[in-house]
Amino acid sequence: MALRGLGRRISIGKRCFSSASEVEKRPRDGKQINLFSAINQALHIALETDSRAYVFGEDVGFGGVFRCTTGLADRFGRNRVFNTPLCEQGIAGFAIGLAAMGNRAIAEIQFADYIYPAFDQIVNEAAKFRYRSGNQFNCGGLTIRSPYGAVGHGGHYHSQSPEAFFCHVPGLKWLYRLAVEEVPERDYMLPLSQAEVIRQGSDITLVGWGAQLSVLERACDEAAKDGISCELIDLRTLIPWDKETVEASVRKTGRLLVSHEAPVTGGFGAEISASIAERCFLRLEAPVARICGLDTPFPLVYEPFYMPTKNKVLDAIKATVNY
Amino acid sequence: MAVSRLASSSSSLSKLLLRPLPAPPFSRSFSAIASDDDGTVLTIETSVPFTGHKIDPPSRSVDTTRNELLSFFHDMSVMRRMEIAADSLYKAKLIRGFCHLYDGQEAVAIGMEAAITKRDSIITAYRDHCTFLGRGGTLVEVFSELMGRRSGCSKGKGGSMHFYKKEAGFYGGHGIVGAQIPLGCGLAFAQKYSKDETVTFALYGDGAANQGQLFEALNMSALWDLPVILVCENNHYGMGTAEWRASKSPAYYKRGDYVPGLKVDGMDVLAVKQACKFAKEHALKNGPIILEMDTYRYHGHSMSDPGSTYRTRDEISGVRQERDPIERVRKLILTYEISSASELKDIEKGIRKEVDEAIRQAKESPMPDPSELFTNVYVKGFGVEAFGADRKEVKAVLP
Repeated sequence: MALRGLGRRISIGKRCFSSASEVEKRPRDGKQINLFSAINQALHIALETDSRAYVFGEDVGFGGVFRCTTGLADRFGRNRVFNTPLCEQGIAGFAIGLAAMGNRAIAEIQFADYIYPAFDQIVNEAAKFRYRSGNQFNCGGLTIRSPYGAVGHGGHYHSQSPEAFFCHVPGLKWLYRLAVEEVPERDYMLPLSQAEVIRQGSDITLVGWGAQLSVLERACDEAAKDGISCELIDLRTLIPWDKETVEASVRKTGRLLVSHEAPVTGGFGAEISASIAERCFLRLEAPVARICGLDTPFPLVYEPFYMPTKNKVLDAIKATVNY
Repeated sequence: MAVSRLASSSSSLSKLLLRPLPAPPFSRSFSAIASDDDGTVLTIETSVPFTGHKIDPPSRSVDTTRNELLSFFHDMSVMRRMEIAADSLYKAKLIRGFCHLYDGQEAVAIGMEAAITKRDSIITAYRDHCTFLGRGGTLVEVFSELMGRRSGCSKGKGGSMHFYKKEAGFYGGHGIVGAQIPLGCGLAFAQKYSKDETVTFALYGDGAANQGQLFEALNMSALWDLPVILVCENNHYGMGTAEWRASKSPAYYKRGDYVPGLKVDGMDVLAVKQACKFAKEHALKNGPIILEMDTYRYHGHSMSDPGSTYRTRDEISGVRQERDPIERVRKLILTYEISSASELKDIEKGIRKEVDEAIRQAKESPMPDPSELFTNVYVKGFGVEAFGADRKEVKAVLP
């Protein structure tokens, strides 16, 4: 998938360690590959089609810790695909400058947990560049890629989901993709800010993104056994997010459940919940449910308790439907 | 007070006039053979002289005693054995998560401890098992914490990367690379403020040496003359990246520019001890100093890294043969006839048993209670609400 378009993009991919369950086949001409291969293909296409595209970050040269950048250095050379030293703030700032000169800078932050030193650069430098220069400059060619989310043993600093911090910043775009999807092999464009209805249903709308979708899908399957028909939406872009699709779905079902790994307080589910409550207040049959991580630091041994698991989601589905 | 010495190796005179404290650097460079009296000062030369940056390096003649050398051997062997045992436990999936092993670098931890007290503070990154042990931690606490059990030093909530020991001034155990350095400078400020003649050792690696926060911290420490010693444990690889590929200048002891620095052979425990003693004296009088410990790790970056894709096996075994810290001390002990080879072997056997016993005890410790998930987020409970999958359970406001 080539991620094209303007606007500063931060693309978050889920690691493929989790048991990404069978994804329902969607009508597309493609073969099912995992996220890393898809990213790898996309990067190959991006570097091939744009001679001013660069990929850099910690350890990307040999292929990266998740193998997203394999083969790039050999194919495109070390001047376009190169390692940086261990300095996230430096990487982000450097990428912004490169993008401001009209290049397609694709920076990698090794784990989303490490993105915080770069926070100032992203929020203060990248996001506001076009705005503060009166459209003279922009870093629309900037993409920052980072794996996020829990793997089962990541502990405090290899498991976080920092989306809520960044979604609060106008000027950024924040994207997710599923762990396993059907992906065409050719170059193609997906519109950003368009959510996808993965499953049609009539009783309740479930909204999620990234790896959490596999959890939600399993919950849908279980709920179906109890005769509850769930509509599942993959939000895909968090900002700007596709309010219309979610609203249309909630108008149909009357119930909404949002689920994400990040802690519930101040998480992105809160934004979705508030917006939908504004738009669909009279249509809602039950309060919007949020099944999210707990309000603690991401734990080590307690990860199974912390996570928004299938059972928690299922429980909330039933409670919402029976409200 | 002169220390008279006998050049003869068959010393039976145990009534040498001795000074219990190490002699100043001007003592003669040949050593006495220790007899049963363990106060004899041995003066041994470090493997290489120190290199200084904007400072006169200390002498390479280090004073030590028979007992000290034996304790070095014992403590480093415990650390080595512990790390190897942790490797096996990890492969047996009893330790999960991340596990960064320190074997090869033991001399840094042990040498540092020999030069300081428990009232001085140490703060380091995530390769902290041995540093914790050096600060007085027990093997049971180490293995329990690694396996996430209640008897661990952080109650099982921290894991491999987050060992702490408040009573011994060990401030951990940090995951984000370089983030512990400004913290260390803060510790030093507090020490200076309370005028208790103590210092802080802030450890970081060659990978972290390129983080901006190091330089911010250096500037602040130098500006305010903080008693902080910044120790770069240079094992030459930041994860898989060799130092020359990440740093324009791999002379980390010079990176402080206006802050003086010293380059030390980190595989020589006596050199480390000398450097840390020197640094502590300097820091208390003059402010920050950088120590670059030239060391090496035998394992990969962590247990998910075989450690051989970015360096040759010959290199690893070469270092093991030429520079292994434990072997160096073993040779010294045998050369000065402090102990015999078989006695040393017995010590090692005893250590193996000790480690196995600690593992056994740690395995018996239970996992932390689930309610501990919510404790210590804030001082007082903030009323975190949570409930299980089955909503029939009462929504409880947990501490």
